[in-house]
Amino acid sequence: MRDVAVVSVAQSTHRRRVDDLNEVEMIQPVIHQAMDQIGAKIADIGFTVSGSSDYLAGQAFSFVMTLDAVGAWPPISESHVEMDGAWALYEAWIKIQAGHADTALIYSYSKASPGDLPRVLSRQLDPYYYGPLWPDSIAMAGLQARQMLDAGKISEEEMAEIAFRNRQVALENPHAQIKGSASVDELLATERTFDPLHLHDCPPISDGGVCVVLAAGDRAREWAERPAWISGIDHRVDSHNFGARDLTEAPSIVKAERNAGLHVGDIDIAELHAPFTHQERIVAEALRLPEDTVINPSGGPLAANPMMAAGLIRIGEVATRIMDGSANRGVAHATSGHLLQQNLVCVLDGES
Amino acid sequence: MAPADNDRVVSTLPEGLWSQPQPTGVPDFGSDAEEVQRLRLPASMRYRFTPGKAMTRYLEGLKEKKFLGERCPVTGDVYIPPRGMSPVVGLPTTEQVEVGPKGSIASFCVVHIGFGEKAPPTPFVSALVLLDGAAVSTYGTLLEVPIEDVRIGMRVEPVWVPDEELTYSAENVTHWRPIDEPDVAPETLKGHF
Repeated sequence: MRDVAVVSVAQSTHRRRVDDLNEVEMIQPVIHQAMDQIGAKIADIGFTVSGSSDYLAGQAFSFVMTLDAVGAWPPISESHVEMDGAWALYEAWIKIQAGHADTALIYSYSKASPGDLPRVLSRQLDPYYYGPLWPDSIAMAGLQARQMLDAGKISEEEMAEIAFRNRQVALENPHAQIKGSASVDELLATERTFDPLHLHDCPPISDGGVCVVLAAGDRAREWAERPAWISGIDHRVDSHNFGARDLTEAPSIVKAERNAGLHVGDIDIAELHAPFTHQERIVAEALRLPEDTVINPSGGPLAANPMMAAGLIRIGEVATRIMDGSANRGVAHATSGHLLQQNLVCVLDGES
Repeated sequence: MAPADNDRVVSTLPEGLWSQPQPTGVPDFGSDAEEVQRLRLPASMRYRFTPGKAMTRYLEGLKEKKFLGERCPVTGDVYIPPRGMSPVVGLPTTEQVEVGPKGSIASFCVVHIGFGEKAPPTPFVSALVLLDGAAVSTYGTLLEVPIEDVRIGMRVEPVWVPDEELTYSAENVTHWRPIDEPDVAPETLKGHF
């Protein structure tokens, strides 16, 4: 295996609604910041890949439009995934492992504000059985939360504590959209807007994006003083038939975690892509995180949740902390689809 | 092959060209089961489109019957419609440049199958028009000329909707038509599609 590392990370300041910019105008400064931080030009990049979905802004071929931000001339080697950018990073990592590139530029973004996001997300469901029922993403999460509560795997208080912790710590995150939280008691006193979910159990709707640069071996050491080496990465999927799954567990995370070799070393921090409070518990348990692991020092997706980017942001947040020396080893988790259906686990390490 | 019970005719395609294949090997569900041949699952979603900075400037220009492109800060090429970036260098375009309204036919095709409510009667000419001063062509319908007279390099001008119907839309130009100017040499259009 080649040693591959994250060497640069940039993200936007996530907002509820980016009205004044189109998608390429929104993501271009982020891409250029990630490149400028290491003094890289597009000619230095062997492979470019993005993650986005046309359904979010209702903009056909938006990923072709945002390629304008890269400067794809002379022609570049380029790809796109209709998934979270974490999967774009996975594709780039494979490309580098295969020897087809030594460096990669990965970015992902969404403007979800032009549409009705919970309804738009129902289009991820299978088109014959679930899709025609138009269950929105919050209703789906509510079904899962109900099962968690009924199984005694979490309490309403613990869910509020998760919301409180994430949003309080987001006060330190310059990119976060929701910073600070009312007290747990105050949260619990609010109505169950989507019974059993309170508003604080749900992620915000965010417009924004993220960009990550990967490099192999000496190139990584050249571009970063302390690269965040990818020591393991894997992604797995659970059944799309929600009735066939125990929604309180995520076997695909368990499998991905083992393949990524998470527990061969200590874990300082974990960035979990758990958009709903109860999902943080499912992910943390599937990853078998030790009690003292710092979970979501950025505030996680409960503080900012740009679709297609929030997973790659998790990788970026762990990598940033390794690169600045505040952490030695950490795990980033990304999810795609409803109810933690598809999951990616990426282990990052300060030592190659 | 007779057309199936199509709910709507989407084109005037010659029969058989894009028709659905007849199902073969359909499993036998028993004599009582009704064969499901079609599932009707309508879906619609509403979006509030936000054009962004460059496209807003472009649309505001169209309302004034102006074609406002934007210049690449490195190559000097003017892109229209502008999307905010120079696709060649990946940097923002900030300088606005009025181009056209006259232009030259950079390429064209003769359309025999009309799509959409606003398509002219077939056959008609779809053209790429390189507006004077622009680096890339825009798309439009070319009318008011016999099809056999259309050629690359031909000079054209836009025909606008009546002033009271002008809005923030590329549909302000109903079509393009030839003007009495000498053709430009086709070689000068190379690389400007």
